[in-house]
Amino acid sequence: MGLLHYLILSLLLFIVGAAGFIIKKNVISVFLCLELMLNAVNLSFVAFARHLNQVEGQIFVFFVMVVAAAEAAVGLAITIVLFRNRNTLSVDDADTMKW
Amino acid sequence: MTDFLWLIPLIPLAGAAVNGLAGRRFPKPAVTLVACGSAAMAFLLALGCFFDLMKLEPGARHVLKVYFSWIASGDFVAKAELLLDPLSAVMILIVTGVGFIIHVYSIGYMHAEDGYYRFFAYMNLFLFSMLTLVLAGNFLLMFVGWEGVGLCSYLLIGYYFDRRSAGDAGKKAFIVNRIGDVGFILGIFLIFLTFNSLNFQEVFRQIAGGAQRFPVEAGIGILTAIGLLLFVGATGKSAQIPLYVWLPDAMEGPTPVSALIHAATMVTAGVYMVVRCSPIFSRAPFALSVVMTIGILTALMAATIGLVQKDIKRVLAYSTVSQLGYMFVAAGVGAFSAAIFHLMTHAFFKALLFLGAGSVIHAMGGEQDLTRMGGLRRHAPITFWTMLIAALAISGIFPLAGFFSKDEILWSAWSRGHPFVWLFGFITAGLTAFYMFRLVFLAFAGEGRYPEEVRHHLHESPASMTGPLVVLGVLSIIGGFIGLPAWLGSNRFFHFLEPSLSMALQPEHPEASHAAELAFAALSIAVALAGIYTAYRLYIKNPKRAGELAVRWKELYRVLSRKYYVDELYDAAIIKPALSGSTHVLWKWADSKGIDGAVNGAGQAVQYFASVLKGIQNGMIRSYAAWIFLGTVAMLIYIYLFWPGY
Repeated sequence: MGLLHYLILSLLLFIVGAAGFIIKKNVISVFLCLELMLNAVNLSFVAFARHLNQVEGQIFVFFVMVVAAAEAAVGLAITIVLFRNRNTLSVDDADTMKW
Repeated sequence: MTDFLWLIPLIPLAGAAVNGLAGRRFPKPAVTLVACGSAAMAFLLALGCFFDLMKLEPGARHVLKVYFSWIASGDFVAKAELLLDPLSAVMILIVTGVGFIIHVYSIGYMHAEDGYYRFFAYMNLFLFSMLTLVLAGNFLLMFVGWEGVGLCSYLLIGYYFDRRSAGDAGKKAFIVNRIGDVGFILGIFLIFLTFNSLNFQEVFRQIAGGAQRFPVEAGIGILTAIGLLLFVGATGKSAQIPLYVWLPDAMEGPTPVSALIHAATMVTAGVYMVVRCSPIFSRAPFALSVVMTIGILTALMAATIGLVQKDIKRVLAYSTVSQLGYMFVAAGVGAFSAAIFHLMTHAFFKALLFLGAGSVIHAMGGEQDLTRMGGLRRHAPITFWTMLIAALAISGIFPLAGFFSKDEILWSAWSRGHPFVWLFGFITAGLTAFYMFRLVFLAFAGEGRYPEEVRHHLHESPASMTGPLVVLGVLSIIGGFIGLPAWLGSNRFFHFLEPSLSMALQPEHPEASHAAELAFAALSIAVALAGIYTAYRLYIKNPKRAGELAVRWKELYRVLSRKYYVDELYDAAIIKPALSGSTHVLWKWADSKGIDGAVNGAGQAVQYFASVLKGIQNGMIRSYAAWIFLGTVAMLIYIYLFWPGY
């Protein structure tokens, strides 16, 4: 298994996440897709770190995980508030922020 | 004491700051103390500096104090530097001395006015600006003072800002002065371009220097151009043809302001500047003859207008314009020290005349029309006697101050080969005596031409007003003795000024006999007495006669009382075209259509393009995500295809 295999897997995961993000309407699903994309990137970081024999990529993964955790906390809070106010979980109903 | 030279302008500035910022909360005595105290301290310091200067050898009387580098940009360096030499010493003594006296007078005159503190703050600010002007060691600092006095003049003319005419007069003074200032600053530019310096001493040394780069110019050269531009500034500030029109209107300000700014000090700034630049002017004969011609024409014209004015302050205003003309005549014939001599004596007696007029107006409860006065001699004796002294002094009666200085000017004009200038000046002297005594007779002699309730109100002014009158009266009597003409001894005043004028080129003129000078002095006195006698005949002996003459010479009288229609002429030739040009071209076309159109058009264009693009921003997160995704992909493709190395 070379670097290429990891990158292909990472790419597939990322495409699944991005497509899901665009297609899915439920906020929770959108969240899951977001996490999928982040972890796809994490995978390529780790793969590169191993391949180039350098530690920076692995350190970056920690950063991404921390940010993802924070983002999950904020995002879930927003989801709860959204549900309380609008009684819905569809992202398409939260469209008042426009021109 | 010269170490404290910088304090002379700065103390009045501090006074202005204190009164201007906090004076509203002070009781009146505190305001008075700050204002008059700072003027008095400046005067004492000026005296100290003067005596220090006297201790030096005449050749060494040139103290230049450089404090800091004010502007330095490439070749251009302007320093904050003050210059104390005989010329500026005389000026600071006049400014602080007369200024202090008028400050004291104002205590009484302004006691009932609103904005008492505001008045004194402006007055102190004026002292600061004027002292900066006369002490400045280079052209640029002088220009700062020059503009500062213009500002104070504007503020004080418009002191009664709730009166429309006062506001208009202030604006008129400011705008007319701006026209002159353009000339002045262009002159400064030209000086820097030519000499690469703005310091007086440096510029004058280059002009007078051994290399003979700047000989006397036969035709029109660079010095003539500089001189003429500077003189444009002087005509604005010193109210000469064609820019004199603001000074009569400036009488809208309180009377002490007219005395200090529009008679004794500020309006003489132009004369001071011409004398300060005497090394330039004396090498530019054409510029000098322009100065002389403008001066004598202004003197004669203003005197004729003064003959028929009814407002007591306007008579004095035209008289000031006329006397300033005399000073420019003196400078124009090359008698620079005579110009400063007349400047000094004029400061005494004209300030006295204005303060006396203020005392009259005060007594009359605000009345300024001479035809509604009369008989005030009994009610205001001190005012009467001091005004009489001033009138005699300005008429040139021996041995009062005005005689010596005016005679010196007329004699210089004659002895340096300008007989026509002498003749005009001679006529003007007669007219001056006439209109001055017309004023004195109308105000103080005969019976009162006012209603009974005014008569009850009549009173002599308080001591704070009559005191300054008496001091100035004494100065008007003895002020001339420091400049005795040659036939009465040596002229110490001219001797004292010599070091300041040493770089000026003295024109060769034949030494005339003392007998001739004496004869001309006798002629001057004779014409003054003739003027006084005429006024006596017309206004005391036969009071109806003046009215009859006005009817007989109806056309002439109307032209004079309408001031030669100069205001109307300016209105038709300059103000109306400027106004309609600004309205129709600048406002309705350039501003409304051009500038507004461009701004509104930009807004409309943005709105149009936005209406196309705003469809993207629909609030749908999924659509945003799709756009971001597409954008990223597009960027990656672009980088892959077009960036080298990928």
